[in-house]
Amino acid sequence: MMSHATPQTAAASAPALPPGLRGLVADWSGDRQTFHVAWGKAMMWIFLLSDTFIFGSFLTGYMTVRGSTTVPWPNPSQVFALQVGGVDVPLLLIAIMTFVLISSSGTMAMAVNCAYRRDRVNAARLMFVTAALGATFVGMQAYEWSKLILELDIRPWGNPLGAAQFGSSFFMITGFHGLHVTGGVIFLVVVAIRLLRGRYERGGNYQIVEIVGLYWHFVDLVWVFIFALFYLW
Amino acid sequence: MSSSVSTTGGEQQHPIRLYLMVWALLFVLSVLSYGVDYFHLQGLLRWTLIIAFMSLKAGLIVAVFMHMAWERLALIYAILLPPVALLVLVGLMASEAGHTHLSRLLFFR
Repeated sequence: MMSHATPQTAAASAPALPPGLRGLVADWSGDRQTFHVAWGKAMMWIFLLSDTFIFGSFLTGYMTVRGSTTVPWPNPSQVFALQVGGVDVPLLLIAIMTFVLISSSGTMAMAVNCAYRRDRVNAARLMFVTAALGATFVGMQAYEWSKLILELDIRPWGNPLGAAQFGSSFFMITGFHGLHVTGGVIFLVVVAIRLLRGRYERGGNYQIVEIVGLYWHFVDLVWVFIFALFYLW
Repeated sequence: MSSSVSTTGGEQQHPIRLYLMVWALLFVLSVLSYGVDYFHLQGLLRWTLIIAFMSLKAGLIVAVFMHMAWERLALIYAILLPPVALLVLVGLMASEAGHTHLSRLLFFR
């Protein structure tokens, strides 16, 4: 995240790198820099890879307990239904949360685009919108948690609707994801404020916006899997 | 995808139109996956559709929003190949879960 020039500016003027599979071999056997991206971006990708394994293990654990229990699994479609005008609409809150998160991914992609066009005011503005949508998501999740705990009496160790593992999987997976969203909101706000203050203007390096973006899109990506495998399955 | 390659100095700059199209497509796919639940589709059809929409959404986010489509193979393989190990874990645990389920049915009911 420092503003000094990264080695990839030198790579841009060097002889053209071979593409495709030959490029793969050349990049790995070059005895030099392997990833031709800024180090911050490479490190963020590697962090996200480790996070993939955490969420992947959580979801695999969820699959294992759900597949091995002999007690019926509570129907998520009914558990997460919302009443609208006296009618139960299945999964409505979760659908709204999904749309909020996808919208935030869209605004984030636009923010990265603006930052690389050196339009830092609009980039910061779009990042604040992204953070606001993320905060909305966390708020709705807090509502959902309180509804499940207070009204439906669901606990990590048991619930009146069926398999006890429902509560433990739900609170662990959505809780860990919610923490990621909260962290992302803080990360976004910090970088957006620095952007407005002109911190990156001096070095002319706006890579940090793309790095925040990678993290944010990953949070959305994880939600795609949670939505499909936990709520819809 | 290769029409908009412009990675000068590692910066990813692509037309806004592309982002808007992917954004709209993600919305459509989300509506469709919500429809799977709304119209009470069951069984194999439900699971196939859920997995299909999930994979499409995940692919679009990684390829376009996270710019993976324009990265070099060295980075793509380093990030996308290791999660294959997770699929092996899923396979192992699925058979483990089936085994536990059967023994519970036999001995604990």
